Order: sequence, then structure tokens, then C-alpha cells
Amino acid sequence: MASNKVYANAKEALAGVDSNMTYLVGGFGLCGIPENCITALRDSGVKNITCVSNNAGVDDFGLGLLLQTRQIKKMLSSYVGENATFEKQFMSGELELEFCPQGTLAERLRAGGAGIPAFYTPTGVGTKIAEGKEVREFNGRQFILEKGITGDFAFVKAWKGDKFGNLIYRKTARNFNPMIATAGKITVAEVEELVEVGELDPDQVHTPGVYIQRIFKSTNLEKRIEQRTVSKK
Amino acid sequence: MPLTREQIAKRISDEVQDGYTVNLGIGIPTLVANYIPSNKTVMLQSENGLLGMGPFPTEDKIDADLINAGKQTITALPGASFFSSADSFAMIRGGHIDLTVLGAMEVDEEGSIANWMVPGKMIKGMGGAMDLVAGARNVIVAMQHTDKEGNSKLRKKCTLPLTGVKCIKKIVSDFGVIEVTDDGFVLKEYAPDMTAEQVVKATEGKIKISPDCKAMSV
Repeated sequence: MASNKVYANAKEALAGVDSNMTYLVGGFGLCGIPENCITALRDSGVKNITCVSNNAGVDDFGLGLLLQTRQIKKMLSSYVGENATFEKQFMSGELELEFCPQGTLAERLRAGGAGIPAFYTPTGVGTKIAEGKEVREFNGRQFILEKGITGDFAFVKAWKGDKFGNLIYRKTARNFNPMIATAGKITVAEVEELVEVGELDPDQVHTPGVYIQRIFKSTNLEKRIEQRTVSKK
Repeated sequence: MPLTREQIAKRISDEVQDGYTVNLGIGIPTLVANYIPSNKTVMLQSENGLLGMGPFPTEDKIDADLINAGKQTITALPGASFFSSADSFAMIRGGHIDLTVLGAMEVDEEGSIANWMVPGKMIKGMGGAMDLVAGARNVIVAMQHTDKEGNSKLRKKCTLPLTGVKCIKKIVSDFGVIEVTDDGFVLKEYAPDMTAEQVVKATEGKIKISPDCKAMSV
């Protein structure tokens, strides 16, 4: 049962991806992004896709790779500041963009994966984000209704995974990956270390394997650093 | 002389109490960490999933898996914890963060803040700012009092699209310390080489001078 989730590489694990689909992509900036899945999605040649991801990568890395090839029709993100290709395509009207506050985005993905269609949040009340959304008062304070998100495919990156799909993330590379793992019709996990079932301590598992349909070992990870800041001592 | 960025950060550090959990935004707010005295135990939260953020790493300790919300390489202190973005914003929205410090383009006399978009310019996104102002128990804004032309950024009403409504309690600008009350701005301290009257004159929104208003010690 466990072994049929294991794929040889990203290309095989992405079987079934198609144009016009919605893809959920883990990571914060370039930290904890599913590098191999992104490259394989580019190479698959799918078009007019919607990507849900906190950021949009940089010009030549991360989701920026799919912007260069104009495969993305719409992005749903909280912050896209680091990407000139993005800016050009957005300003010319080629690319659709929906901004979602970061915490709301995280919760929408969590809700999507947890079978919650929508929820009320105080974030964004009285701002542009609230336009067209239902407002309701609880305990004298206003909240807006935000909807859960699911995707046709979800791509996550973890540090260790076993052949059943149990995942352990490392440090701040966890970020959006756990929620995104729960919200895909098909969730593909790429891991730095792929181990046998039973080798991970159940108490340390962050994402239970039930959420993962496909898993493979990443190759040639770049793990690029966006802002290399050091102290002298 | 108006305060420097460092002096604004240093003054805000006085607001940080022992035992606080604090989220510092990008820019001047980040500098606040440099002035928190070592006799105060303070946990810094980074909204990408870290509580207990430490200084930048030395060259040999750089780790691509360990960054802050500004995407800078950082370290984790003893007692730190890592968590998902959903957990991080549960902390923020749920009111578990004592203090948030962030920058602003405008704040108005009702405490509404604008800091995420200028119409007609490329919009980078609000990131976590809307969640932070909606959720933290106390939000302090670090900002310039006026723009380059000398126009007040402490407004009667924000002209830019809002980040949050009626959520700011205190501003530390380069001109002084201003509280936001039900009756508009109240000047508590002014920059050493200025007068209270100069600060009032440079403020568009309704502003009163507090009876105990004094020159800031920097």
C-alpha cells in the first residue's frame, strides 16, 4: 500500500497535470519551495494555469520560471515584490492577480483541506479586501467571510518523508507547506530524504501521510537564498 | 532636528516590556531589536513561522531553511519554535502577540493605517500587514511625520487604500511620540530640537498637546 505512492522523479509524479488547472505551491519566498515540481510543471508545457502561492518567486527561480514562459494566467498571493517579470506582465494586463492577506491565505488553504467552505476573519475589515464580501458582527466586532481554497494539484517540499507520505519539514521551510499538503486533490511531495515506513518517529511527523498521494526524492536542489545577511562575529 | 531612523527605533524599544512577544516589520521596525536591553526577556516572532528569532548568522551558520519574513538569513535562539504559516497567523490573529511594530505611509486621527498600496503604482501586496494590524494587542507605527514636500502623513483621513481601520494606538515619528485617542492625536513627546507647537503645525489631523508633553530624551 505504501510503495505505490513512490515515484521515480518529478516528471512521473506530475502525471495528469493539465492546462487550465489550479495548482497550490508551498514555500515562503524561495524557502521551502518544491523546486523539482516547479521545473517539471514548466517542462510539461501546461498553459493558462492558476497558481496559489504566498509569493511568485524571483525572475529566474521558483514560480518566476513559469512566468517567463507565460504559463500562468492567474496568481493568488499575499506579496509579489521581488519579481520584475511579474510586474511587467501584470502592468500590461497579461497576468491576473488576486491579493490575499498572508494569514487569510494560510487559513483559506487550511480550511480548504479541512472541509470548511468558508470562515469569518477580522483581517481586512474596512479595506479593499473586504469589497464584495459578507460582513458579520460577533461580540461587537466586524468580520468578513473568506472562502476555503482547494486545488487540482498541490506541490509541497519537505525535509524527510517516508514511503507512506508522512512528512517532516525543517525550520522555516515549513511555512505554507503543511496546509497546502491538505488542500490538493492530488498532493505531490518532494523530499530531501526518502526513508522506509517506520523510520520516522510518529511523534515528529508534521504532515500525516494520508494527505500525500505521490512522493519522490528531490534531485539537484539549489535552495537559493534571497537575502544573504550575515553578522561579523 | 527630527529624529534619525535609529533614534525612532530606540524610542520604540522603550515600549517593549519584559516578557513580551513582539513582531517587528521591515525597515525601521527591524532596528528596534538592536535596542532591546539584555535584562528584558523578549521573544521575537517572524510571521513565516518562527518564535524566538535571533541575529543574523555568521558566515558558517547560514542556512537556506532559516529565514525571516524579509527573506533574510537569520538564527533561532534557545527556546525557539518553528510552525506553519497557519499557526503563525493563529498566534497573530488570536491576540497572542503583545506588540507589533510596523511602518506606514499614512495614519489618520481615528487610528486607521495605510501602508500597502499606492494607486497607479505596481502593488507588491500586503503580505501579513493586514493580519498583524487586525490581530496584535498593541500596534505601534514607526514613520516619517511628513513627506518630502512637507505634507503631513498624520492625516485627518487616510487618502491611500487602508491596511486596517481604527487599529493604531501609538505613533513614533521623526517629530515625536503621538497617541491616538477617541479625540484624535495627542502629542506626548517632541523631538529634542523641536517645539510641541512645531509638531502640531506639521500635523494635518486633529491634534492636542498632552498636559504632560515633554521633549524626548534620546
